Amino acid sequence: MAVIRIGNGAGFWGDALDAPRLLAESTRLDYLTLEYLAELTMSILAHQRTRDPSAGFVTDFPIVLESLLPALKSQPALRIVTNAGGVNPPGCAARAAEILEAAGMGDVVLATVNGDDLLADLDVHLAAGETFANLETGAALSDVRNETVSANAYLGAAGIVEALDGGARIVVTGRVADASLTVGPAVHEFGWPSDDWDRLAAATVAGHLIECGAQASGGMYSDWHNDLPLADVGYPVAELAHDGSLIITKPEGTGGAVTTGTLAEQLVYEIGDPEHYLTPDVDADFSNVRLTEEAASRVRVTGAVGSVRPDSYKVSVAYRDGYMVSGTLVVCGRDAKRKAQRCGEIILERVRRAGFELARTNVECLGAGDSLPGVAPSGNDPWEVVLRISAHDPNREAVERLSRELAPLVTSGPPGVTGYTGGRPKPQPVLAYWPTTISRDRIAPVADVKTAREWLA
Amino acid sequence: MSENTRLGEIAHARSGDKGNDANVGVVAYTRAGYEFLGNWLTEARVAEFLLPLRPREVRRYALPGILAYNFVAFGVLDGGASRSLRVDSQGKTLALALLEMPVPTPANIEEMRLQ
Repeated sequence: MAVIRIGNGAGFWGDALDAPRLLAESTRLDYLTLEYLAELTMSILAHQRTRDPSAGFVTDFPIVLESLLPALKSQPALRIVTNAGGVNPPGCAARAAEILEAAGMGDVVLATVNGDDLLADLDVHLAAGETFANLETGAALSDVRNETVSANAYLGAAGIVEALDGGARIVVTGRVADASLTVGPAVHEFGWPSDDWDRLAAATVAGHLIECGAQASGGMYSDWHNDLPLADVGYPVAELAHDGSLIITKPEGTGGAVTTGTLAEQLVYEIGDPEHYLTPDVDADFSNVRLTEEAASRVRVTGAVGSVRPDSYKVSVAYRDGYMVSGTLVVCGRDAKRKAQRCGEIILERVRRAGFELARTNVECLGAGDSLPGVAPSGNDPWEVVLRISAHDPNREAVERLSRELAPLVTSGPPGVTGYTGGRPKPQPVLAYWPTTISRDRIAPVADVKTAREWLA
Repeated sequence: MSENTRLGEIAHARSGDKGNDANVGVVAYTRAGYEFLGNWLTEARVAEFLLPLRPREVRRYALPGILAYNFVAFGVLDGGASRSLRVDSQGKTLALALLEMPVPTPANIEEMRLQ
């Protein structure tokens, strides 16, 4: 196959549920990728799994799969690669298998990719000398070991390639590097050797550009203008060739735009050193990538080069770190900002008088520049502001107390307090992020390839 | 004469998070703008602009192929998405704020605007 077309229909868990179906039905794809896992998502899923062992995967995926059944039937070559497995890829595959079997598609081959979940063997790894030192602070994991709820390595493309080579039509992974969802299909199709760094870098750029869905095709674009149609925004498609040449486009007749501008912004999105965009597949150099518009919403991407992949995997650990709550009131009228600030002070003082000392608090007057305090332009004193008050504390009771002090402000605060709806905000457990690494040789990604019917047996 | 313009006249930008660090990629509209920003938009100036967020450090990286500089601001996200108490816990609006940064109007500003 000379060129493969890979479309990404989901950029995070919570993205438009119709987007994957619309993408698959509006253009011919070889692969549909669905990327669901932000830094935080795995810890939330791990928390869900502690309550229900069958949970822990992205529950949007079964809904999306159901919507994709007609496309899967009418396009026999279409395959799906997704990280919807979260902390429970087999559970996700079993749910997907039920849907396929019920649709008379029990013969479809469904694979999981496993090996990213380090939680069960964490102490084994620690005993073997892995310290899991925090990349931001240098602290050793032993500080929070007892509070750890999840630990996942970002796997590369290898497990996906194994699954596709084994005949899988749907591949469900746990944590993998986002770009590897695209690199996997490319390596499977083109048979690139695992040290063909420049081509792996080209596929990695492709994956990076499409991984956030509509952010490549007009969403979030800072040159937003009223004439850019976004209600029907098209999701991005990468056309990747055997030699690593790459075009990013979107389906004809959809909204949004793929331009050198939208792609330049996405190229720099959430990167560090552009000369070293590190994944388990390659150390990719984005610094000399060039973008050339060949036609409307068709942009050629050239210039990515790669070098030898890192000898460690990135790992994301989550640990319990107390409780957080956040609630809002609307404060209107003359001096709205000053009144909102005072409301915040009153709430915090009432919490103190009730005998609680909160570890961390924040009062924001939204509408008056507090979204980036001291940096965002604040303008004149507005007629109304949203008061957002938040707290974080090891003690759930202390945080809960704050949530009870919002509503009373309506009758016992300054004039103009309104917008108290939806009841008291509920304290949430904080699952804090601990970025770290593990040696490559301690991880063995493995694919489990079976028909839907076999998954249900 | 040193009238100011705003950075957004000569560049567009996108920002996001990695843990407690944020990055802002600033993409010049033209090569003239990219060359100007290379001299003017230094790590020190961006760090000063972001001072209220108390960056531990700001590093700049060049992407000459797309006429961009990527700025990584370390430690500016109040603990990052998992424990930040801010409404913009992931720094997604940082790019828009930076585009409001006052810039001394270059003599050849017309060569730097979106063509």
